[in-house]
Amino acid sequence: MDQALREYAARELPAAPAPGAGNVGDVTLIVANMRCGGCMAAVEKALLASPGVASARANLAAKRVAVRFDARRTDGETLATALERAGFHAAEATQLGDKDAHAHSADLLRRLAVAGFAAANIMLLSVSVWAGLASDMDAPVQSLFHWLSALIALPAILYAAQPFFRSARGALAAGRLNMDVPISLGILLATSMSLVQTMAGGEQVYFDAAIMLTFFLLIGRYLDESVRVRAKGAAENLLGFRASTATVIGENGKLSRLRARELVPGMRVLVAAGERIPVDGRVIAGASDIDESLITGESMPRLAGVGASVHAGTVNTTTAIEVVATATDEGTLVAEIARLMHAAEQARGRYVRLADRAARLYAPAVHVLGALTFIGWMVAGAGWEQSLTFAISVLIITCPCALALAVPAVQVAASSRLFAAGVIVKAPDALERLAEVDTVVFDKTGTLTLGEPRQTDAEAIDADVLRCAACLALNSRHPLSKALVKAAQARGLALKREGAVEEIAGSGLVARTGEREERLGSAAWVGLSDASEPATLWYRRDGEPPVPLHFEDALRADAGAVVAELGRAGYAVELLSGDTPAAAKAAATAMGIATFHGGIRPDGKIARLAALKAQGHKVLMIGDGLNDAPALAAGHASLSPSSAADISQTAAGAIFQGDKLAPVVEAIAVAQATRAMSLQNFAIALAYNALFVPLAMAGLVTPLIAALAMSLSSVAVTANALRLRTKRLSLRPAAKVESAP
Amino acid sequence: MALVWLIPVALFLGLLGLAAFLWALRSGQFEDLEGASWRAIADSERPGPPRAPKDP
Repeated sequence: MDQALREYAARELPAAPAPGAGNVGDVTLIVANMRCGGCMAAVEKALLASPGVASARANLAAKRVAVRFDARRTDGETLATALERAGFHAAEATQLGDKDAHAHSADLLRRLAVAGFAAANIMLLSVSVWAGLASDMDAPVQSLFHWLSALIALPAILYAAQPFFRSARGALAAGRLNMDVPISLGILLATSMSLVQTMAGGEQVYFDAAIMLTFFLLIGRYLDESVRVRAKGAAENLLGFRASTATVIGENGKLSRLRARELVPGMRVLVAAGERIPVDGRVIAGASDIDESLITGESMPRLAGVGASVHAGTVNTTTAIEVVATATDEGTLVAEIARLMHAAEQARGRYVRLADRAARLYAPAVHVLGALTFIGWMVAGAGWEQSLTFAISVLIITCPCALALAVPAVQVAASSRLFAAGVIVKAPDALERLAEVDTVVFDKTGTLTLGEPRQTDAEAIDADVLRCAACLALNSRHPLSKALVKAAQARGLALKREGAVEEIAGSGLVARTGEREERLGSAAWVGLSDASEPATLWYRRDGEPPVPLHFEDALRADAGAVVAELGRAGYAVELLSGDTPAAAKAAATAMGIATFHGGIRPDGKIARLAALKAQGHKVLMIGDGLNDAPALAAGHASLSPSSAADISQTAAGAIFQGDKLAPVVEAIAVAQATRAMSLQNFAIALAYNALFVPLAMAGLVTPLIAALAMSLSSVAVTANALRLRTKRLSLRPAAKVESAP
Repeated sequence: MALVWLIPVALFLGLLGLAAFLWALRSGQFEDLEGASWRAIADSERPGPPRAPKDP
């Protein structure tokens, strides 16, 4: 079975109640709108008030709450519902993948603490020795200090530097060189040489350098890791909201809840209004408006009556329907698209990150320099002990302490800046890929547009009429009804739910109070046989002429400005839409996009991206729908709004939040700055090496100089990276395509 | 010679700090840095120090 698919299917499964002692259940709930301390207290209170809950502990940074409960009296779903009632948007967290990452990050922090403790104490002793060298410290005291340093350094290094040793061993076993090979070699050689010197009562003792090196490198590792954990957790929270269970109708009409992956073709499934349809199937009872935007990219729902086919992942908006499953789980269209996406990801190929590329050049150079120093001094007749000492100081000086910090420090600064701007960088190579793009391809619905209709003429309608229409609309989940309610609320109208309201799928709503009747719906629904106006929705009260209401899927407020800015900077902008060619053309014209294609299916989008790639373009794909997921995986870089289908969010390298498109420009600009600053940091680190390596090769470097040079270059690259947090950035011109046939 | 007791004291204090940090890490105090700052000022329903009675 396909790996990606298996993972996708696995996430469908709600976390099974932990087989704890007796009937104790544990569950983690994602609470999306827990934003402050007050909410945190309210969440815990609401859960503790729910029957069967033993304890609830909210985590504000992760936006999650861990609950322990009595499994006989309640379950995760009930608890999520209790939170919904308290006004929080909650979902059961399905198999969380960041537990390991969290443990890993805590492990690094522990090692960092040990290294920090050892470094501080060894420096205390070393500084005394350096000072003593210049004054009058006698040999026995110096020797005592060296022994003490050894006693602290040996266990600390063996424990704290393990991540580097492991990584280096892994790389060597695979026949490769990475940054950790010279690091491990430097640390190990410095430690063992210092031990030999200490025993012999010599002066070339480098424990301080070795432990400081470990300490600084662990800082870089930890920063890198914590950013990744945070992004991963945020991305998983976004994915948490999904239909994971289905209501199945049994032989005797008995209803039961099943996990989506336990469904088989032939089962009858009841889909309530507002629920996501869990299977591909045929409607056998009822009729409803189905919101298919995630699959087709069209924002208006489609009427599905008895006999109509429906797809998994679409949303039932109006009334409950009964569906007989024709395909489930892996057989669904969603799974088919997941397979297409996985294939596209494979075709994209492996990306070699900047730091790894640097390591490939750098690691051999370090080893060659070290070897040359040793051979040189041997030839000069310095004796093997002296020659080895000089070679080791070359290794320590060149040890890429600053180099290993150069990229992580910038990435951390960039990620936290983007996080504040509402962009979650998911893939570790996303920023480097983003910095290289020269073409931006947009999807239309949900990406350039908000993906939901907005009323355009709300201001022009009589307040009382709008209020009554909106009160009626409160009873429906149809996108147009929701838009109407939003528009009325925006005008400050107080709405309250009407009494008996009936909704007829594909037509509209009707409310009857005594003799009076109110209708909201299509032209035919309000009794117009030939509508004088092409309005989307009509409202009629008894004895009054029908009122037309206009809606459109509004473009994101700043979409035009963003497209124009990209164009000015020299990026080629394209529109690829699953919507009709006419709709694609209208949107493209409004945005000033010259190249556009409408009516394109998922494989068509991939074909277009492949064509662009063949011309030498590096494409940034921005899309939200299920139909965009394969294209997102195929693009050189990819972005997805947080409203996107979950599978698209999985495919995208980064996710942006909010109603604006501006984060796209910010993401590209920050990515470019990240790249530039990483290169700057490499330059700073190399400049230090250029200065000190000749000194080390000439045998002029004392432990003091080695330790100072290393610390200074680390501080310099970190300080340089921190500038990125506040630096004013603007979009750089797009890279020129080298070979356009 | 002062070194005989100064060095052990320095090491002991350092180890004390390390132990405190590891204990804090283990007890999950670094898991929610954002929330912890709010908990300090949140109204707790658990019995705490009595508040000063308000003047009528």
